[in-house]
Amino acid sequence: MASAASSPAQPKDATGVLVLADGSVIWGKGFGATGDAVGEVCFNTSMTGYQEVMTDPSYAAQIVTFTFPHIGNVGANGEDIEGLVESAVGCVVREDVTPSANFRAEQQFTEWMEAKGKIGLSGIDTRALTRRIRLSGAPNAVIAHSPDGKFDIPALLKRAQEWAGLEGMDLAQRVSRADQESWEGGYWTLGKGYGRAARDATPHVVAIDYGAKDNIFRNLVKAGARVTVVPAKTSLEEIEALKPDGVFLSNGPGDPAATGAYAVPVIKALLDKDVPLFGICLGHQMLALAAGAKTTKMHQGHRGANHPVQRVGEGWGETTGLVEITSMNHGFAVDGETLPDGVEETHVSLFDGSNCGIAVKGKRAFGVQYHPEASPGPQDSFYLFEKFVGGLG
Amino acid sequence: MPKRTDISSILVIGAGPIIIGQACEFDYSGTQAIKALKEEGYRVILVNSNPATIMTDPEFADATYIEPITPEIVAKIIEKERPDAVLPTMGGQTALNCALSLESMGVLEKFGVQMIGADAEAIDKAEDRQKFRDAMDKIGLESARSGVAHSVEEAQEIVKRTGLPSIIRPSFTLGGTGGGIAYNKAEFERIVREGLDASPTTEVLIEESLLGWKEYEMEVVRDRADNCIIICSIENVDPMGVHTGDSITVAPAMTLTDKEYQIMRNASIAVLREIGVETGGSNVQFAVNPKDGRLIVIEMNPRVSRSSALASKATGFPIARVAAKLAVGYTLDEITNEITGATPASFEPTIDYVVTKIPRFAFEKFKGAKDELATAMKSVGEVMAIGRNFQESMQKALRGLETDLDGFNRVADLQGASRDVVTGSLSKRSPDRILKVAQALREGLSVEDINQITGYDLWFLRQIEGIIDAEKDVAENGLPNDAAGLRRLKAMGFSDKRLATLAVRSVGVAGGMGETQAKRSGLLHDALQAMAGATSEQEVRELRRKLGVLPVFKRIDSCAAEFEAITPYMYSTYEAPSFGEPEDEADPSDRKKVVILGGGPNRIGQGIEFDYCCVHACFALAEVGYETIMINCNPETVSTDYDTSDRLYFEPLTVEDVFEILRVEQSNGELAGVIVQFGGMTPLKLAQGLEDEGIPILGTSPDAIDLAEDRERFAKLVNKLDLKQPENGIAYSRDEAAAVAASIGYPVLLRPSYVLGGRAMEIVDSEAQLDDYIKTAVNVSGDSPVLVDQYLRDAIECDVDVLCDGDQVVVAGVMQHIEEAGVHSGDSACTIPPYSLPADIVEEMERQSEALAMALGVQGLMNVQFAVKDGEVYLIEVNPRASRTVPFVAKAIGQPVAKIASRVMAGEKLESFPAFKRDLDYMAVKEAVFPFGRFPGADPVLTPEMKSTGEVMGIDKDFPTAFLKSQLGAGVTLPESGVVFVSVKESDKPIVTPAIKTLVECGFTIIATGGTQRYLSEQGLPVERVNKVAEGQPHIVDKMIDGEVALVINTTEGWQSLIDSKSIRATALEMKIPYYTTAAASLATAEAIRSVKPAALEVRSLQDYYS
Repeated sequence: MASAASSPAQPKDATGVLVLADGSVIWGKGFGATGDAVGEVCFNTSMTGYQEVMTDPSYAAQIVTFTFPHIGNVGANGEDIEGLVESAVGCVVREDVTPSANFRAEQQFTEWMEAKGKIGLSGIDTRALTRRIRLSGAPNAVIAHSPDGKFDIPALLKRAQEWAGLEGMDLAQRVSRADQESWEGGYWTLGKGYGRAARDATPHVVAIDYGAKDNIFRNLVKAGARVTVVPAKTSLEEIEALKPDGVFLSNGPGDPAATGAYAVPVIKALLDKDVPLFGICLGHQMLALAAGAKTTKMHQGHRGANHPVQRVGEGWGETTGLVEITSMNHGFAVDGETLPDGVEETHVSLFDGSNCGIAVKGKRAFGVQYHPEASPGPQDSFYLFEKFVGGLG
Repeated sequence: MPKRTDISSILVIGAGPIIIGQACEFDYSGTQAIKALKEEGYRVILVNSNPATIMTDPEFADATYIEPITPEIVAKIIEKERPDAVLPTMGGQTALNCALSLESMGVLEKFGVQMIGADAEAIDKAEDRQKFRDAMDKIGLESARSGVAHSVEEAQEIVKRTGLPSIIRPSFTLGGTGGGIAYNKAEFERIVREGLDASPTTEVLIEESLLGWKEYEMEVVRDRADNCIIICSIENVDPMGVHTGDSITVAPAMTLTDKEYQIMRNASIAVLREIGVETGGSNVQFAVNPKDGRLIVIEMNPRVSRSSALASKATGFPIARVAAKLAVGYTLDEITNEITGATPASFEPTIDYVVTKIPRFAFEKFKGAKDELATAMKSVGEVMAIGRNFQESMQKALRGLETDLDGFNRVADLQGASRDVVTGSLSKRSPDRILKVAQALREGLSVEDINQITGYDLWFLRQIEGIIDAEKDVAENGLPNDAAGLRRLKAMGFSDKRLATLAVRSVGVAGGMGETQAKRSGLLHDALQAMAGATSEQEVRELRRKLGVLPVFKRIDSCAAEFEAITPYMYSTYEAPSFGEPEDEADPSDRKKVVILGGGPNRIGQGIEFDYCCVHACFALAEVGYETIMINCNPETVSTDYDTSDRLYFEPLTVEDVFEILRVEQSNGELAGVIVQFGGMTPLKLAQGLEDEGIPILGTSPDAIDLAEDRERFAKLVNKLDLKQPENGIAYSRDEAAAVAASIGYPVLLRPSYVLGGRAMEIVDSEAQLDDYIKTAVNVSGDSPVLVDQYLRDAIECDVDVLCDGDQVVVAGVMQHIEEAGVHSGDSACTIPPYSLPADIVEEMERQSEALAMALGVQGLMNVQFAVKDGEVYLIEVNPRASRTVPFVAKAIGQPVAKIASRVMAGEKLESFPAFKRDLDYMAVKEAVFPFGRFPGADPVLTPEMKSTGEVMGIDKDFPTAFLKSQLGAGVTLPESGVVFVSVKESDKPIVTPAIKTLVECGFTIIATGGTQRYLSEQGLPVERVNKVAEGQPHIVDKMIDGEVALVINTTEGWQSLIDSKSIRATALEMKIPYYTTAAASLATAEAIRSVKPAALEVRSLQDYYS
């Protein structure tokens, strides 16, 4: 077996490896699916909700480094799933996954990873990796798992280096639903699981799926809406034909500029027609693009469940200044400096001051950069769903 | 929102003495709060009766009152100081209760004082069982089903609703005696009957059993804009049934999915909002059914707590500091997270390591008490450890406990025991259950079996199983000889010492032979070493160094590396070399530095007083330009606040862990030295090892410390200085002990060598008692001799604390004990200045102390204990290091004694400091506080074995007033009228007579048992006779139970009379009747009752005393 000149010798029991595009080779133990996968290495600082993270379509083409050392403690179940199409290709963890201990577990996390075709790598100093990402940005890499310990490192390195990266990549199309769907699931409660959506609920929300987390739809239902989910590339006419009271713009992976190529014109038209709009994450970014702002790729994305966001500007009344603890997952952001006159900043990150929410003046259109649907993470921001659904019809 | 400008002065109420359930975490919280309020420019007034706290140092608050925390006294402080607001959430239950009383007495309204942090209504709603339950019902959260019954019939109605198994708790019984858990109807009826009998109000609480449910705590902070954040979740390894303070706990919660965690998060915030905690930190406790996730709210504390201190240390988020700022009007987003320096406090800390807390117990001090854990807290301290995984964190915590554990040491009693025995032992909620779990795994029980018996979550059990499997591998195959293999073991948290023990077993030499042989040198040893890999801690260390298996230090940054941390708060771990070398974040500076070793977990005999000294060392050395580096593992303390030292290592105080830190710190800058003389026995045990490795020790040399501890070497010094010691000898067998005792003459004091806190010390009067002691209390052998001292009956004991720089000696304080010699000095009340000793005796003790300090070459602090009998001064012992009395001395004389000592240790001369004022125009009394109420069954009597957990100080113009204040501070309200019961030993009869005379003059009625009654009557005192318990009913205990006795004076000697009179003391304790078990204390008490009326007590701040 050949190895890259600069890479360290393979430890004798290494069955997994992370090869960064800069030539770094990080050995560990593989788990889950075998083979290799390419993606951008990011980190997530949530201490709970690894299964939700691993099924969040926004993580498509990414390898998630979990900063919490023990992952897999509560196994895997059929409920804590945010999307089934495509999401993170793999994860890097500090500790070997131990058998689960939770009454809701149906499967071990390792088995589940294997079943979902995701590659895991354990035994890594994830803090060192995280610090590296903080200092030098999120690297492209290949994660590989081979039970016999055989790896073609130069080939893996070549693959990592040749991968184009997330910037300019339209991943939404890949992870979006192929067909329109009438959303039937309700909100999760302990002991009862997911309820059912009321079929005759009003108002009617059409949700454009750019790689949505299912919990967004469940929250819209909880707020009282009937939800129809449509694919990312659904045309303005098709949307209008559904007679929505409001349109929801979902989260999703990749570069907003790339997905925006086809999505922004639709959003702009909806905006011009005064259709009420609510965007989350990628949806928020594209709403901002449609309203005339710009987006940028962040040096270090926000990924965790402890991010403070403050309500700013007009329109919040007494609650101006309130802080909500939010779940975040974004590597691109709306550049707050570029907001045109008609757009108001409504939320900012208290960590770095970056934009976290906008509202289009004179219209019922707003978006937030973070994830009010939580899952995983705090549920402080449910009010946004109520605000959107409550303002319709 | 900006800070409030409508208030300008704030009264902070402290927690008082260290007691079980309320320890130095409230000094940590209070100190942070005072600093935070001062930063904002408020005038801070503090009341706390505990002199051993940092918060009562006169430079912290603007006006510091070391006064009893009773509503009446605090009302006087309020009247004098007229604060605008009172902050009651920093001083535990004591402060909350006091504030509630002040509110209901109308004091706050009268003086226009506002409660900030939490108002009376919120406190009441959180504390009142029924109101709390109603509040939970209102927000849709479940509470445990329960009801109160006054009869068996009522109880049977209630249990239909609450179900079996059922918990029965009698109301108002000591330590919950008379209650239990019923699994069936018959058992239920029986326990209810017993409980009704045991309860003085014939009342029992019937509760749904949540035994075996998982237990969690959430630390929540809320500001007045209604921003709520969770600082930390904590999961108890011990399930419901063990008080959370007695449980092993882990942060963060490890066995919840996000959906379940968010339910708990939402519930926590809802509880705060409903209870109405406007600002500050609170703690909410939950029980979760492991089978279906059903969530029950157990309780909430609307204040900072032991758990919030733990959460602060576990995450780096200073809850008390932030809570104080919120209380004066700031919102979370306006406060900076000091760990990052760049982000606000309005976020939820996330951690990338695992924190384990293990409580430390002291059952061995309370013979007769059952060593089983339940819902009343019994632990006296705790250790916290941080590791990158649960296993590392747990094993570090075990060795940090300082209970001779190197990890999961074997439980010999269960080795090879039958399954039934193992199961039976595991089912008991014993203080060392975690070790039994490990042993049960070794004995072949499965994790599922153990989960069934203990309710420990399978996840934790599998982690422990992983450790036991790894142990087995080493015990069979020796140590791995490659870096990766050894690193794997170290990453599981194994100590070098534990690995050495296991490796030696692999050689297969029978029994202890291998271990004994391994210690020797020569061919056999070399062969063993070759086979095992290493045979001693040192060899494992050498092997690690050879293979390059070294720990790295990671930072506690509150954000899992998402942002850069500017605060060097660190822990060690073993990392894989993911990028070439394992990444180390220690980044030692190039400064001149001093390492201060802390005292580890609190225990009886080593508590807050030592932490106080360590903190002062940090402050003092920082002032003169050193970089201060603290190593400690006690989460309750001020020393482990990241703010106290320049660099903080939260690590166990073992040779291995300390060496690794020193290795890193010595890699840059200059290590001026290590301070070992401030942290009690813990760092002293490491001193010699450090010196052997060439590490400079600051201050008095370890050799001098050893000289003072070594009886033979010390005796030579005493002879040379021509000082007098009580006669003494050393015995290596029972017969030798008897011979030595006979030559000295009974009574003698017996004790094993090398102890702190006087453990297993006893006075014996006869050879029969000596036999009994040797059989039951100690193991006398060639390795562990027993020391025999002449016992100076009724001598006056004194402590002298001095400072010495090698050229000059300065006496800081001479303390006269109130209790006579024979009561452990830590348990005695004492006074500064001496309240009855003639000046020439005091001078003689000072002269002897000075001679000793010079002869020992003390550099820093030294404590000497003397006994004075018949005008003769006897030297009892010398400790050339900081003693427990240092903070009391400092507070009494108004001098920063520990700070001066630190600077002297670093080379400054005493002459460069201002001279101490010696002629005090006031009197300071220290009184000890005891945890007897927590240990039903143990005899609440003072002996040579230390039992107190804390201390208070009373300070006033004269001795009786200061003494009365010390009693009030310790929770004893002396009666002003009523019946006094007297029963004293023969030799005390003449001594107590004046006290009884005084009490008669004050209008008290005296009753006494036969002999005492006769004697006192002969002295012309009106005394009624009352039956001893053995003389039949109605006897004295009946009268006490009936509330007819207001004060008990009961001195005894000899084990038989102790046994006979135990029920008197136990009843006094239970009925909360003030009682004194020494003649000297009785005299002081009578004098205080005669000359002081509590209503006339005055308050005065330390600043005022010192000026």
